[in-house]
Amino acid sequence: MDFPDGLLYTKEHEWVKVENGKAKIGITDYAQHELGDIVFVELPEVGSEVVAMEPFGVVESVKTVSDLFSPVSGEVVGVNSELEATPEIVNTSPYDKGWMVEVAMSDKNELKELFSADEYTKYVEEESQ
Amino acid sequence: MSYELTDGTQGLIFNEPLLFEQGSDGRGGCALPDCDVPEKDVINLIPEDMLREEISGFPSLSEVDVVRHFTRLSQWNYSVDLGFYPLGSCTMKYNPKINEDVARLSGFSNVHPYQPEELSQGALQMMFELGEYLSEIGGMDRVSLQPAAGAHGELAGMMIIKAYHESKGENRHKVIIPDSAHGTNPASSTLCGYKVIELKSNGRGLLDPEAVEKAMDKDVAAFMITNPNTLGLFEENILEITEIVHRKGGLVYCDGANLNAIMGIARPGDMGVDVLHFNLHKTFSTPHGGGGPGAGPVGIKRELIPFMPVPVVEKNNIGQYKLNYKFPHSIGRVKAFYGNFGILVRAYTYIRTMGSEGLKKASETAVLNANYIMSQLKDYYHLPYDRQCMHESVFSDKFQNKNGITTLDIAKALIDYGFHPPTIYFPLIVKGAIMIEPTETESKDTMDRFIAAMKDIADRAEKDPDSLKKSPIKTKVTRLNETKAAREPNLRWINDYLMGVF
Amino acid sequence: MRYIPDTEKEQKEMLDSIGVKSVEGLFSSIPDSLRLKNPLSNIPHAMSEPEILRHMKGMSKKNADLDSHISFLSAGAYNHFIPSVVHHIISRSEFYTAYTPYQPEISQGTLQAIYEFQTLICQLTGMEVVNASMYDGASALAEAVLMAHRINDRKEVFLSKGIHPEYRQVVHTYCRYLGITLKEIPFSEKGIIDLEWLSKNISENTSGVAIQNPNFFGCVEDMADIEKLTHANDSIFIACVSEPVSLGILKSPGDFGADIVVGEGQGLGNPVSYGGPYLGLFATREKYIRSMPGRLVGRTVDANGKTGYVLTLSTREQHIRREKATSNICSNQALCALSATVYMALMGKEGFKKLSVLNLQKANYAKEILAGLKGYKIKFNSPVFNEFVIETPVSPDEINKNLMKEGIMGGLNLEKFYPELKNCMLICITENHRKEDIDRLWKLLKQY
Repeated sequence: MDFPDGLLYTKEHEWVKVENGKAKIGITDYAQHELGDIVFVELPEVGSEVVAMEPFGVVESVKTVSDLFSPVSGEVVGVNSELEATPEIVNTSPYDKGWMVEVAMSDKNELKELFSADEYTKYVEEESQ
Repeated sequence: MSYELTDGTQGLIFNEPLLFEQGSDGRGGCALPDCDVPEKDVINLIPEDMLREEISGFPSLSEVDVVRHFTRLSQWNYSVDLGFYPLGSCTMKYNPKINEDVARLSGFSNVHPYQPEELSQGALQMMFELGEYLSEIGGMDRVSLQPAAGAHGELAGMMIIKAYHESKGENRHKVIIPDSAHGTNPASSTLCGYKVIELKSNGRGLLDPEAVEKAMDKDVAAFMITNPNTLGLFEENILEITEIVHRKGGLVYCDGANLNAIMGIARPGDMGVDVLHFNLHKTFSTPHGGGGPGAGPVGIKRELIPFMPVPVVEKNNIGQYKLNYKFPHSIGRVKAFYGNFGILVRAYTYIRTMGSEGLKKASETAVLNANYIMSQLKDYYHLPYDRQCMHESVFSDKFQNKNGITTLDIAKALIDYGFHPPTIYFPLIVKGAIMIEPTETESKDTMDRFIAAMKDIADRAEKDPDSLKKSPIKTKVTRLNETKAAREPNLRWINDYLMGVF
Repeated sequence: MRYIPDTEKEQKEMLDSIGVKSVEGLFSSIPDSLRLKNPLSNIPHAMSEPEILRHMKGMSKKNADLDSHISFLSAGAYNHFIPSVVHHIISRSEFYTAYTPYQPEISQGTLQAIYEFQTLICQLTGMEVVNASMYDGASALAEAVLMAHRINDRKEVFLSKGIHPEYRQVVHTYCRYLGITLKEIPFSEKGIIDLEWLSKNISENTSGVAIQNPNFFGCVEDMADIEKLTHANDSIFIACVSEPVSLGILKSPGDFGADIVVGEGQGLGNPVSYGGPYLGLFATREKYIRSMPGRLVGRTVDANGKTGYVLTLSTREQHIRREKATSNICSNQALCALSATVYMALMGKEGFKKLSVLNLQKANYAKEILAGLKGYKIKFNSPVFNEFVIETPVSPDEINKNLMKEGIMGGLNLEKFYPELKNCMLICITENHRKEDIDRLWKLLKQY
């Protein structure tokens, strides 16, 4: 399983990539694997507010549904509209084409609460046991 | 696969297109009478802008076309009348034929709900007596027959609880539900505006009174329990649990889905349950109909009677039956008219056919059969809670997982042996759950064949796991692409011509 | 015991392999204090098959029925002719003794039939998505109101007073604890929605406007005007149909721009059966599909590329989404939906229209001749389909009592639901009424 360095991770299996003060958010390789074939992703609208560790959307596979938790707080400035028609790219490219939202962070300190790639790898290993 | 284990051979299965892909304009399947009153121009009766053109897409078929179409479709279904259907939690017992004949008597099926009560005494008597019988079986004081299904009974029951607390000026807003519960329980509670608190069961698959004690506070309106629970285990501490809930001012709701384990043996009402719904399509032999209609009467204790849905069927002192609407504190109606009457007739017929002794025998045999299957399979399949069960047992795919075989594979393989698979992946607290409920209407030989099939599958999982991955192979269609169905929803037939394909 | 096959010998064998001495021993987890010491005393002894049949026939004969009486009752339960084929098909036990089609490989019959049902109801209502059915028209309407609230998060819903009164009661029950305010739209002297009231009261707080067409009085509503007012405020337009046969001739609610169409499908091949089981219809637009309650069947392919059907988009439902589900509904009325599917297939395009026109012609004939009776008056001057309200010179109860002596069940006394409509009777005429039945009613009403 692939957990790239340089990204930050949550216990709920989202990743964050920080670029120019903005946080790009998606779900991890582990999450997409556990969910199976993803059939639907529900995302907030641009301009709405998200709060750290509160649900901002939903991801669905055929027989399961999971809330998406935002790793950080702030305003949504970008949404991956490709996911509407082709949710399967979350399965094929979770860290790149399958990104979900971009957030203008209101509190960068929140990033300190998140896992590094190493910590997350360890966390996943523990959880899957 | 050893074919001697199976009933099935490849039958004669026809392909059959959709209704819309056959027939020809001008055909019809029903002879309607000619108009025998002086006719008017339709536009003189209904303004033109309120009239429609023809119903685009509606088929044009003869009676023969229609009969063959649906007969062919029927042959693609598995059913209780075809074979063993050990679907846990669903109580797929045999549906007696006499019940169907009775429900179709003109004096039941052709009775209008608004005809005068004096001309509906048979219907009202049947409902009144059925309510009494169910009260007796459940140990409740009164039963409303209005809810159309189990989940509908839950909704009515939880609303009664809410109305009760409100009448006492209490604003309790939480409901505790064990993690093993059916999904309808939390969904029904939410519809009543309750917040759901999930309670974990212990390592023995049961509820700990201490955990209940801890979770109960003055905000909790009700504790929703299923007993026997969805692991097929009787909640041994039920009395202690209901006592705790009551002491803290809450009420106890019991999901009656598993009543088939305890009829005539023990009664939820005696266990401190305040509200109980019955699934007539499970316990009382009414057919499942491919997904309904069922009926979900709800039983209540005395102090809750003022809040029950209206109307209530009552008998006066001169033996007449009446519909009583005068319940000023009632939650109202959950359904138009009085309930799924045709289903109530079937359940009534079943209860009278079985009698008091027969109902008890049914539960005893259901529990015996479940324990028999469990005892025969536990060396082959992982049994997470290895104890005597009630009317169903829950296994998992843990032993088979090491060869890459999952519960889904086991279920699909069973189909090729001529059996309907058990309930799978429920309850959620058992990973890869396989929930087997044989019911009392299955013979030992049938169960022995099922057991042999399950053992054979376990054996193949060891020796030739790949062969299981392709199952089922004998069915009209093989495993279906559910991902495609969800990603590209196609929920109705659309004429290609209308779509502009041509 | 005929439904319990095992003999004592077999039971003994099973007990031996389990390793307990008696069946009693299997119930040891139930505390002794809870075990019943005596048989259930209120439940009589078992009856043999001839005995139960005699008993049930006796009970059924205490009811008047539509074979023994000519009935002019309707109000949400319609006396339509049911072709013999319907009964034969739904009595095939491959259909009625099957469970919900959770194992699609061995449930293709039920699944394809539901897919056909969804399609037929789409065609009939002019909508884009239809679910596998709800409990009945009333609960379907209640679910529609909740769905409107889910879609726009507004808190106020308008219900036409021309909606079946029991449906409105059910909506009130469902909304009791959810903070949705229900307001009733009065009817005008023409027996249809008071548009002036609606235009004055509707606002951007209005979640949905629900109407019934034809309404409870049998009158055809002015759908176009209601739609305009509703959508001008971005509210959800909910159209309820309690008499689906009307859609053979009336423009569909979908064509009038309805967002959600609900209804009662009993009239499509299901008997009146003292009020149930019936068939809740639920249709909407594709854009609202994820807010929709109930089961859906979709078309897909199997591993070999062969067409097949499955339950789909089930993440909306309670068994997956639990407390966040769109509804708590689990079952549907599959067998009633199958009746409706067979019924519509038999009627077909031409037959369904002919049926609808028959109802229209006969009811309007009855309306015209009864209007000519001295002392009687047609209450509402609006076009009607197969029901109409007539004002009677004496109480409808009194009239009905006398009609009953002639083997006739008269129309519904509307005062039961509308205290303001004194001496008003709702009469329904379907294809099952012959001209002579209508003329006989005319003759018997003449005496007042």
